Amino acid sequence: MNQIKRLLGIIWIVLGPAAIAFMFMQAAQKITAAAPAAKANIILQWGIIITIFVPIAIGLVIFGYYAFKGEYDHLPESSLEL
Amino acid sequence: MSSSTITTSKDKGSQSIWQVISASSVGTLIEWYDFYIFGSLATIISKQFFPEDQGTAALLSTLAIFAAGFIVRPFGALVFGRLGDLIGRKYTFLLTLVLMGGSTFLIGLVPGYKVIGIAAPLLVLLLRLIQGLALGGEYGGAATYVAEHSPAKKRGFFTSWIQTTATLGLFLSLGVILTTRNTLGVEIFSDWGWRIPFIVSILLVIVSIYIRLRMKESPLFSKLKDEGKVSVNPLKESFGHKANLKMVLLALFGAVMGQGVVWYTGQFYAQSFIENVCKLDFEQSRTLIIWAILFATPFFIVFGSLSDRIGRKWIMLVGMLLGILSYRPIYQKFLDMTSPKARTEASRGESVVKETPVANSTDLTRVTTTPVSYTDGSVFKEVKTEVVSADPAKAKITTAFIDKKVGGNTFWTMVFLVFIQILYVTMVYGPIAAFLVEMFPTKIRYTSMSLPYHIGNGVFGGLVPFLSTLIIEYTKTPENPAGDPLAGLWYPIGVAAVCLVIGSVYLTNKLDENVMD
Repeated sequence: MNQIKRLLGIIWIVLGPAAIAFMFMQAAQKITAAAPAAKANIILQWGIIITIFVPIAIGLVIFGYYAFKGEYDHLPESSLEL
Repeated sequence: MSSSTITTSKDKGSQSIWQVISASSVGTLIEWYDFYIFGSLATIISKQFFPEDQGTAALLSTLAIFAAGFIVRPFGALVFGRLGDLIGRKYTFLLTLVLMGGSTFLIGLVPGYKVIGIAAPLLVLLLRLIQGLALGGEYGGAATYVAEHSPAKKRGFFTSWIQTTATLGLFLSLGVILTTRNTLGVEIFSDWGWRIPFIVSILLVIVSIYIRLRMKESPLFSKLKDEGKVSVNPLKESFGHKANLKMVLLALFGAVMGQGVVWYTGQFYAQSFIENVCKLDFEQSRTLIIWAILFATPFFIVFGSLSDRIGRKWIMLVGMLLGILSYRPIYQKFLDMTSPKARTEASRGESVVKETPVANSTDLTRVTTTPVSYTDGSVFKEVKTEVVSADPAKAKITTAFIDKKVGGNTFWTMVFLVFIQILYVTMVYGPIAAFLVEMFPTKIRYTSMSLPYHIGNGVFGGLVPFLSTLIIEYTKTPENPAGDPLAGLWYPIGVAAVCLVIGSVYLTNKLDENVMD
């Protein structure tokens, strides 16, 4: 099981940057396609989404890294272990 | 189980625990009510404060909708979580209640755009941001407060009462809105009646503040304070220390992220889909949700209590799995049941014809609206739009059905299908407060559990309507201009699937009986 946890860690590490790239591509596509009157609003929407999603995606990379390094092989059973 | 927890619970007696639960739950319910009435009245609020033809006002509208849910809620979790771990649970969640209630009341009093111009959307935006901030701080405090009063073997059961509040807040907001609208009539409600649900909130908040003021501080936090073990810097301890950060990340990606999308799909997306895609009439689409919530709410307690006996993990993950497997068949059934093709026409009412000339042309658009009754008791409004032109290439007819009122059996089948989805919500959400409380130590619990909770719910859950609509946009082609109405479900299904894998592999089903540490 610990081996699976570590191997899956690689997937989470890759998934983070993939999600960021996907978000930027979507944002660029939507902003380019927007009508001039709606452009500022679309930029604002996507600006907020990217601002909040990039740290989450970085969090997923950190999660994957911890998983890969075996940090989740054993979960703490008491707060003394934290 | 920790001896101190038992002593605390026994000393105070079971009635004391119920006082703790009711004081916490009523306040949290009111906060959810306050947050949801804004969303439920979004269309009317937009007309009053954010006219689309005013560029800046439209930008402020986007900020009010997006920033309050996605940025300010997690930020509120950090601000008030830190405060709760520094000065205590009781005063922090009292403060969030005052902020939420005060800003909701004031939204009801702000004059419209026509009266005070750009100041109106600015004020509403400010108040909406305060609402988001307050909500971010409320839940973690209430859940922690109840859990820290509960004996270990009943922590899931007692905290599940707090878990009912989000759904009941939605229930209350829909109920108050429908009652006010039916009492005053649609016109008056759209004019000024919409303010009543906001203003009424202040009465509920005053009662809740009175109840909360009489409550004592959490025994576990008081003990820490007496021993001088309160955290000096909860933010640093929560997110700066690897040992705790890894648990915050696990809570987010292995549980709360999936829970958030299941919660929003089962209640908000269901309502939005039934109203906007299936075109059910305004009142019936809300009544349907109200019934489903009423039948499903007791199951928060059932699954919270069950989690005390069999563990929290698998109940939550099975809820996600059921959602993943059944969302598409359920929503396909919604489409089938509201289609005119599946019905036998009984009679047609009187048609209303409206003709509008097409600008810079001799053509005109003729819209014919006819109520159509079906043998199953359903009544749909058929809208036939005809372009009348001398040029045969321009002439075309499109037919759509709106304001659908479905007959008895279909209505109750739809209630059942929403009920099923809310049942999944009760599975993922009922045990999660106890699960999060048990994951983190007392001195940084408020901070550590609030952030993943509000990212999971506010961001992943809150984005369900936006991203689902975006996905549907991509399926639109010239041959199929409406796109695939079920495509939007791939977002919640995908997020829940990733969460299910992470939760299954990395989480433990073991209950942490000692939350004293």
